[in-house]
Amino acid sequence: MLDNWLFVGIFVLIGAVFPIAPILMGKFLGPNKPNPIKADTYECGMETVGESWIQFKVQYYIFALAFLIFDVEVVFLFPWAVAFDQLGIFAVVSGITFIIILVDALVYAWRKGALEWA
Amino acid sequence: MDFLTNPVDAIREWLLGLMANMPAPWPDVIVNLLGVVVVASFGLGLVIILVWVERKVAARFQDRFGPNRVGPYGLFQTVADILKLFTKEDTTPDNADKPVYNLAPILSLFSVLLIWAVIPFSKDWLGTDLNVGVLYIVAVGSLGALAVLMAGWSSNNKFALLGAFRTVAQLVSYEVPLVISILIPVLLARSMGVHAIVDAQDTFFGMFFFMAPIAAVIFFISSIAEVGRTPFDLLEAESEIVAGFHIEYSGAKFAMIFAGEFLHAFTIAVLTATLFFGGWRGPGAEAYPILGWVYFMAKSLGVYLIVSWIRSTLPRIRIDHMLSFNWKYLTPLALATLIVTALLTKILEGQAVWYQSLVMFLSNVVLFLIANEIVKWRESKKPGRQVVGQPRPVARPPAEPAAEAEA
Repeated sequence: MLDNWLFVGIFVLIGAVFPIAPILMGKFLGPNKPNPIKADTYECGMETVGESWIQFKVQYYIFALAFLIFDVEVVFLFPWAVAFDQLGIFAVVSGITFIIILVDALVYAWRKGALEWA
Repeated sequence: MDFLTNPVDAIREWLLGLMANMPAPWPDVIVNLLGVVVVASFGLGLVIILVWVERKVAARFQDRFGPNRVGPYGLFQTVADILKLFTKEDTTPDNADKPVYNLAPILSLFSVLLIWAVIPFSKDWLGTDLNVGVLYIVAVGSLGALAVLMAGWSSNNKFALLGAFRTVAQLVSYEVPLVISILIPVLLARSMGVHAIVDAQDTFFGMFFFMAPIAAVIFFISSIAEVGRTPFDLLEAESEIVAGFHIEYSGAKFAMIFAGEFLHAFTIAVLTATLFFGGWRGPGAEAYPILGWVYFMAKSLGVYLIVSWIRSTLPRIRIDHMLSFNWKYLTPLALATLIVTALLTKILEGQAVWYQSLVMFLSNVVLFLIANEIVKWRESKKPGRQVVGQPRPVARPPAEPAAEAEA
């Protein structure tokens, strides 16, 4: 079973080379005449004001948190799904109870307003 | 004839025969290396054809021809575009975070290429048969979101950063129904390996599309949102946030991001075809593996044409609508489908395949209708909006009494 991962290991190496090669080719084939106006930050022709690393809106953090909860839930459910044949009806009902507890979490987040964009 | 029906195995046997005298791990490593090069080159070569297909199909939907000057039917247009992109100057914005800035386009294409390692092109023609194939696909596909954030952050540009934040919010949100709906074929096939999932779809009515249509549709919609195609392409829409996270990239780096995005669009078509439509399955595919490859490409191209069709038809969705559609409709529906599928699979264990398919299909239809009713009920509770055509108050001059005119 571990031999299967040899392919993936080689793929990681070659898969890193495949994008790097055209970028290097681009460095050789393209002109290289930097000047300060070309290297300026793009803002539809206007001058930028202030720093570029602006304040972070907290809503992004909340979406990432919600994603994390449901992703970990699904990761726990993968072994349950794979071992489905050897499970009796009791284990199926336990799995479904687990899912329902997390649906509860979704409803809580929804009612608290955590899923609004504003 | 043997060579024609199964060229991959014939070549592999010949190579192993040539290297029979080498010490132990080397023949394996070299055969794997050649396999990797073939699969990765197939993926990248496909991008060139796909860009052409996309441009022609989108053009026909818009009642025009599309590229038809460069080469017969415009086939060499993509080659010309690639040559143009490689000969452009590679400017780097000042104060950009150089290592991160250079790594982002590489990671973007890397994450998509790595998915191709576990996809079965035909019976026994696959990169590798990982027993956790589906989990691997989800894990590797998520690296793309990291690449987007790296590109936006390191560009030293407020709009790139904002675009990257919104892109990552969308990508990360739509991963939830994606992963839940991937869990359903895993449940139905009792295995996480992609090869095993295709193996479990032996008959026509055993295709997981018939057993779990809601899961197929949710997977399809979530992966369109993952790629960033219309109607979910708020992130790169030129009228909204001029190019989003890849504003500051030009030349070959932009070509890598662009190629990664197109290849990702085709990869999700391939994944939908493999997980839900039976991949390489079809009449005669076991006996003649090359026929299996033909079925695989036909199914994937069919799904890709549907993706293009949706892109040419629907308008763009606003980001708050997009996120509320995800969290308030797709996620609960996916979880409900998972519960219903798990219960029915256990109850109907051991019955005939067509019977299981019929019952599960009907249960999915019922679930979809219930979800629709719930949405309608919620909409009816909201305060009504102004309806077009209702009489609105109009200003009129005060009525003059007829007696005044005489006096």
